[in-house]
Amino acid sequence: MNPIVSIDDIARAIPSGCRLALPADYAGVAMAVTLPLIRCAPRDLCLVCVPTGGMQVDMLIGAGLVRTIETSAVSLGEAGGAPCFNRAVSLGAIELLDSTCPAVHAGLTAAQKGAPFASMRGLIGTDVLKHRADWRVIDNPFAESPDPVVLVPAIRPDIALLHAPMADREGNVWIGRRRELATMVYASRRAFATVERIVERSLLSDETVAAGVLPALYVEGIALAPRGALPYGLWGEYGTDTAELIRYARAARTGQGFRAYLETAAAECATS
Amino acid sequence: MSTARLPEGADTAAEGAGTPVSAAAPRELLIVTIARLLKGVRHVAVGASSPIPAAAAMLLRARSEAEGAPPVRLSILGSVQHNFFTNGSGELFDCAGQGRIDAFFLGGGQIDGHGNVNLVGTGSYPESSVRWPGSFGSAYLYFVVPRVILFREEHSRRVLVDRVDFVSAPGSSAKGIYRTGGPHALLTSMGVFMFDPQRACFRLVSMHPGRSLADLRAATGFDFDVDPALGETPPPSASELALLRGCVLTELAQTYPDFAARFHTDLARKGAADPLDRPTRSTDPLPAPRT
Repeated sequence: MNPIVSIDDIARAIPSGCRLALPADYAGVAMAVTLPLIRCAPRDLCLVCVPTGGMQVDMLIGAGLVRTIETSAVSLGEAGGAPCFNRAVSLGAIELLDSTCPAVHAGLTAAQKGAPFASMRGLIGTDVLKHRADWRVIDNPFAESPDPVVLVPAIRPDIALLHAPMADREGNVWIGRRRELATMVYASRRAFATVERIVERSLLSDETVAAGVLPALYVEGIALAPRGALPYGLWGEYGTDTAELIRYARAARTGQGFRAYLETAAAECATS
Repeated sequence: MSTARLPEGADTAAEGAGTPVSAAAPRELLIVTIARLLKGVRHVAVGASSPIPAAAAMLLRARSEAEGAPPVRLSILGSVQHNFFTNGSGELFDCAGQGRIDAFFLGGGQIDGHGNVNLVGTGSYPESSVRWPGSFGSAYLYFVVPRVILFREEHSRRVLVDRVDFVSAPGSSAKGIYRTGGPHALLTSMGVFMFDPQRACFRLVSMHPGRSLADLRAATGFDFDVDPALGETPPPSASELALLRGCVLTELAQTYPDFAARFHTDLARKGAADPLDRPTRSTDPLPAPRT
C-alpha cells in the first residue's frame, strides 16, 4: 500500500470521538492539518498532549471539536496563555485531565510496552493527583516499609499526529532525537505524519540515521507539507514565527476574534 | 546595612571582596544571586523561556571553568546547543528521577509560605477564575531535584500568598513519602529567602538594594522568619560582572537572542533606568520555567 497520502486524507481519517495524541510545540506539530481538520469538524475529540499543548490544541478547542483534554499544560509560550483553552476551562466547556509531564510519558510508555500501567514517584500531596480519579496510589510491594507510589494507567490514543523533517517512500519517518514522538506513535493504534520532504533513499538502510527513524510499521500515512509546522518551528529546519503566534493570541482573545482569524487563515490557505 | 550571609553552600561576595560594582543592573543582581545559590551543583536543568536562570547557570559554568573546578553540566530545554538529551523530552524526567539533576527552577502563579507552588489557576477547580497553563513537570521534579530554586520577579501579595488555591507541587511531604528534592530558596525582585524543610517555611536572608523589611512584609502574603544576619543582597563582584557581560552574554545570545539584545542595549545606555525592573505583566502571570 502506498503510504503517501494528502493532508486532507489525514484530516478525514480522524473521526468523531477519536482519542488524538499531539506533540508539544517544540517537537513537530502537524499544524498544516489543523485547518483541514477543523473543516472536517469531527466532534468530541479527546486530546492527549505529549506532554503539553499549544496553538493547534487551542484552535481545535476554539472550533468546538474537543470534549476532553489530558495535558500537563496548554500555552502559547512566549505569546502567553492559550485563549480558547482558558475560555473553555472557565466556562466548563471541556473536561480537563490535568497531568504532569512525566505522567504523560509514563502512560504512553506503559502502552508502548503493552503493560496496564506505570508506577511513578512524586505527585503525592498534589491537587493534580487529587483530581485524577483514574490514577491509583498503592504501597510499593517491593519495599520493606510503607512506600506509597502512584500508578498511571496506560495511555492508548486512537491516532497520533505529528510533523517531521523527512520520510521515505516506504513510509519511514525521521524524527532524530525527538524520541517522545516514537513513544507517542508506538502507544497509539494508528499514526499519521506530515513531512517537509520525501526522500528517495530508504532511511532504514542508512545506519547513521536509522536509530532516529520511526519505522513504517507504525505509520499509516505520510503527507508532504513543506513548512508544515508553521508558525511553530521544526528542529534543524526553521524557527518559530513568534510574531504570528502573538497575532493569533491577540485575535483569539474573543470568540469572535478567533473565528475571524480562522476565516482569514482559511482564505490565505485557499489562495496559496 | 551589612552584607548578608547566604547560608547553606550559597556563595558570598567574599571572593570579589573589595570590588563590588554598584553599577550592576537589578537583573544582573538576580543572575549573580542565582549563580551563588547554584554553587556546587554538577548538573542544572533550565526550562525553556527562562533566560535569567539560564544566564545564571552559564555564569556558574564559566566561573567553574575559569577556576579549573569540575565542569558544570547545563541542560536548557528546547536548546540544541545546551542539551545532552537524545531520548526525547522524557529524558529530563528520567534523569531527575535517578538523581542526575541537582538543580532546577520553578516559577508559580502563586507560591505560599510553605513552599507550595500553583501553576494551574486561582479560585475553584476546574472552573478557575484565572487559568494558567498547567503544572508542567513540577508535580514530579519538585520531589526529585534536590535544589529547586523558586524564582519569580513579581513580589506581591497576589503571587506570594498565605495558601495556594491549587497545589501543583507541595513544598514538603509527610514522613514516609519518597522525596529527595524540594525547595531550596525563593528569589524575587525584592530579596532572597531560604527554605527550611523541617519547619516548611521561608527565612528572609537578604534584601535587594533599596528595599526595607517593612517593604518586604507589606508585599508578602505569608509570614516568614527573618535571618539574624539579614542584610543587603551582595552585589556582583567585578569578576562576576566581567564574565556575565562577556562570554556569558555571547553564549546567551545563541539561545535567547531577544533577551541578549535587550541586555546589550541596556549596557550601552548604562545609567538609564533598567526597563526590565518592573512587575510582570498582569496578563501574562506565568513566566514559569517550562518542562
